[in-house]
Amino acid sequence: MEKDPNNILDEVTQGEYKYGFYSDIEMETAPMGLSEDTIRYISAKKNEPDWLLQYRLDAYQKWLSMTEPTWAHIHHPPINYQEIIFYAAPKKKKEYSSIDEIDPELIETFNKLGISLEEQKRLTGVAVDAVIDSVSVKTTFSETLEKQGIIFCSFSEAVQKVPDLVKQYLGTVVPTHDNFYAALNSAVFSDGSFCYIPKGVRCPIELSTYFRINAANTGQFERTLIIGDEGSYVSYMEGCTAPMRDENQLHAAIVEIIALKDAEVKYSTVQNWYPGNKKGEGGIYNFVTKRGICKGNNSKISWTQVETGSAITWKYPSVVLLGDNSVGEFYSVAVTNNYQQADTGSKMIHLGRNTKSTIISKGISAGHSSNSYRGLVKMTKRAENSRNFSQCDSLLLGDKCGAHTFPYIKTENKTSIVEHEATTSKISDDQLFYCNQRGISTESAIGLIVNGYAREVLKQLPMEFAVEAQKLLSISLEGSVG
Amino acid sequence: MEGITTTYNVKDTLLKLFDDNVARISSNNPVEIAEMRQKAIAVFAQKGFPNTKLEKWRNTDLSKVLNHDFTFPLKADTRNVDIEKIFRCDVPGFNTYMVAQLNGWFIDRGEILSQAAKGVVVCSLAEAFTKYPDLIKTHFGKYAPFADNALTALNTAFAQDGVFIYVPDNVEVTETIQMVNLIHSDDGVFVQPRNLVIVGKNSSLRLVQCDDSVDDQVGFINSVTEVVLAENGILDHYKLQNKNDRSALINSIYFHLEAGANLSTNAISLNGGLIRNEANVLLNGRGAHADILGVYLMDRNQHIDNQVFVDHAMPDCTSNEMFKGILDDHASGVFNGHILVRQDAQRTNAYQNNKNILISDKAVIDTKPFLEIYADDVKCSHGATVGQLDSEAMFYLRSRGIGMENARMLLMYAFAAEIINKISIPQLQLRIDDLVKKRLRGELSVCDQCVLHCNSREQKVAFEIDMSKI
Repeated sequence: MEKDPNNILDEVTQGEYKYGFYSDIEMETAPMGLSEDTIRYISAKKNEPDWLLQYRLDAYQKWLSMTEPTWAHIHHPPINYQEIIFYAAPKKKKEYSSIDEIDPELIETFNKLGISLEEQKRLTGVAVDAVIDSVSVKTTFSETLEKQGIIFCSFSEAVQKVPDLVKQYLGTVVPTHDNFYAALNSAVFSDGSFCYIPKGVRCPIELSTYFRINAANTGQFERTLIIGDEGSYVSYMEGCTAPMRDENQLHAAIVEIIALKDAEVKYSTVQNWYPGNKKGEGGIYNFVTKRGICKGNNSKISWTQVETGSAITWKYPSVVLLGDNSVGEFYSVAVTNNYQQADTGSKMIHLGRNTKSTIISKGISAGHSSNSYRGLVKMTKRAENSRNFSQCDSLLLGDKCGAHTFPYIKTENKTSIVEHEATTSKISDDQLFYCNQRGISTESAIGLIVNGYAREVLKQLPMEFAVEAQKLLSISLEGSVG
Repeated sequence: MEGITTTYNVKDTLLKLFDDNVARISSNNPVEIAEMRQKAIAVFAQKGFPNTKLEKWRNTDLSKVLNHDFTFPLKADTRNVDIEKIFRCDVPGFNTYMVAQLNGWFIDRGEILSQAAKGVVVCSLAEAFTKYPDLIKTHFGKYAPFADNALTALNTAFAQDGVFIYVPDNVEVTETIQMVNLIHSDDGVFVQPRNLVIVGKNSSLRLVQCDDSVDDQVGFINSVTEVVLAENGILDHYKLQNKNDRSALINSIYFHLEAGANLSTNAISLNGGLIRNEANVLLNGRGAHADILGVYLMDRNQHIDNQVFVDHAMPDCTSNEMFKGILDDHASGVFNGHILVRQDAQRTNAYQNNKNILISDKAVIDTKPFLEIYADDVKCSHGATVGQLDSEAMFYLRSRGIGMENARMLLMYAFAAEIINKISIPQLQLRIDDLVKKRLRGELSVCDQCVLHCNSREQKVAFEIDMSKI
């Protein structure tokens, strides 16, 4: 591959984390550390109703009684929760009614990230909710959506505007005591996106949230709640970045999806938090709980994720298939390079009859990284005639990295079929030779082969994301040839 | 013990028993072994019996089977037992050299091994402690690490007797050696046999390990077998398990393979209240190969747990794992396959597969094929399926006038046959084939007590339909 400015692969080989800049925005932060006071401070800041404060305090009490899970195949020094700032927000935050009122530095930040806050960029056709550090700064296209009855706003806005909906669904999929990080999030979550699609509405545009950690020493704890009412459809996307710092920052989010009868929710994410430098210093600890429930019959939830960032990823997007004939899908590409660690996978809990689930997971490990797939497929007694197919492949691009698979399968009835298959291998010399022979350099050839390997998952992504994801894949693997 | 309410505290009883009898247990032992026992009992004292909170034991609960007033045979049964009267192995044309153990104690049957002159030794472990202290010191306890395994630790502490097999370098043992482990007692016994098998360089051995009950009594067996294959050693190993429903069997085998060694092990579980097979295979030299196969047919409230750990420690090794199971009634099955490829184990080729058929809605299967890989030049794949009999195949048979029951049986048999066909001893293969057919027709469990000898030769086991004509 020669220096051709038009060549995407050229871009690929630059290989630096290009979102590592820091924006100097005036911030308002909570005092460092975690206590009931911190929680009351956050709750008061957001002008929350009393039930939500109680919900947080209850979660905090549960969190205090829990210990960090140690079963994941990851290693990190203990996290000191008293050295984290649990709330940080751009200071000038007021009600923005027009684009001109937003801090220009902020707009600049999002422009750098390639996110169109300015609605004139209508061509992109994506409604964006941008969350910086802990607070949602701007939601675009909200008026268009309102006409259809779709509610797409920041979580705190939803608490003010539609408290009943929030109260009805918050914590129903991921209860406060679900796990250590979920309890922590439930206690201190600051903002996130809220999305409600009314009955029978097919959301005309893709909804998207963009998360960014900006301030130092902060943790980001966002909470996303998506409700697809009967017969609705929505495609939701999430992206994230953070500045380069040599400290580790904590990100513990919760995403809850509820799909009622005949509803379909498609959730895609390209996770590109700062992964740390080549020596494994810094980077984000990404401990996330994502779960959806197919509550009604014939509903469908689909998770697609491209995981390239974070020093540590601990994430198991799951689907509880409660309604009969419901469908759960999980498509994942997880790339780890240098000293990154990923322990990710999916859970499919089949409770309803004739439920179907698919898990396609592609892991790619390079450098000194460790990449694990961990999944559970459970067929309960009631889940007659259910079906699961899982495939988890690992690709190894170096002799110092690790690739592991921990699939758990539990079947309790005789009419369900579960199939699981997995392979682990490296890129074969034959394939490389074939490419080399046709004048493709080894590095480009690997990019090509990796993209082909991950294609099955990438094709599930909405178009805007797919292009970005392909580039990201190549960047993450830059320098791993050897 | 945490989480378990036992009326009888087996752990404390065992600890006290050890303290009281330590002198007798290690009386004829080399000093090193006596020291090892002290370390082992300390591990057991600290860990206790495994409970379901441990990841490796989450699906197998020992608390129920341990809740019994056991007796612990620390001395050989002094009753004059005629092993031929209580047990007869009737594999037709199957000439084996049989070594029997009753309640964990070796029975000297006076039979002479034809290759004894070449230096092949088959004797009791107790005898080996005194006669072959050098071999014991080099090998005993070296392949079965007990620091993380309370049951292996317990066995190491108490191990008094079992079978000791030594094959010197360059000897091909022509006779099949059959180890029969019988439990026969009026009250629940807790036995801990310990076997040690040493196969020298370029030597080969065929070993059939049978676990049978001869009555319907409660029993708990915690058996540990250490097997070492020196360079280019070959072992063909079979485990046949046909136990009564009230017995619990923990069968831990540790295989240690040096360069070029070749292991084939096949676990056939036909009946048993609670069976846990732990096969640990360490591929410790270039070019070693292991086939680890298993088939299990469980019904009623039986529980089978197969734990396989293959450790690819050296480059250029291959392993192949295949376990198949059919579960009926309330039976529960667990499969946990773990392949570890270490960083230097380049050019590894490992395959792992677990297939299950659930016949009833009450049966439960947990399967976890698990890969842990640190080298890059590897080919590893695994698969697991849980399903039922293929409805199209069923229809094909039914449409050709084969009754529902027969069609079901044929398909189940075909499913299990993949493993059975790999048995390399023809007579044994035929016999197992028969047993599996009987088992699938439900006949085998009816006559549990006399599992192998109630079947008279004249009464040929056959399907209702003539298989040869299909």
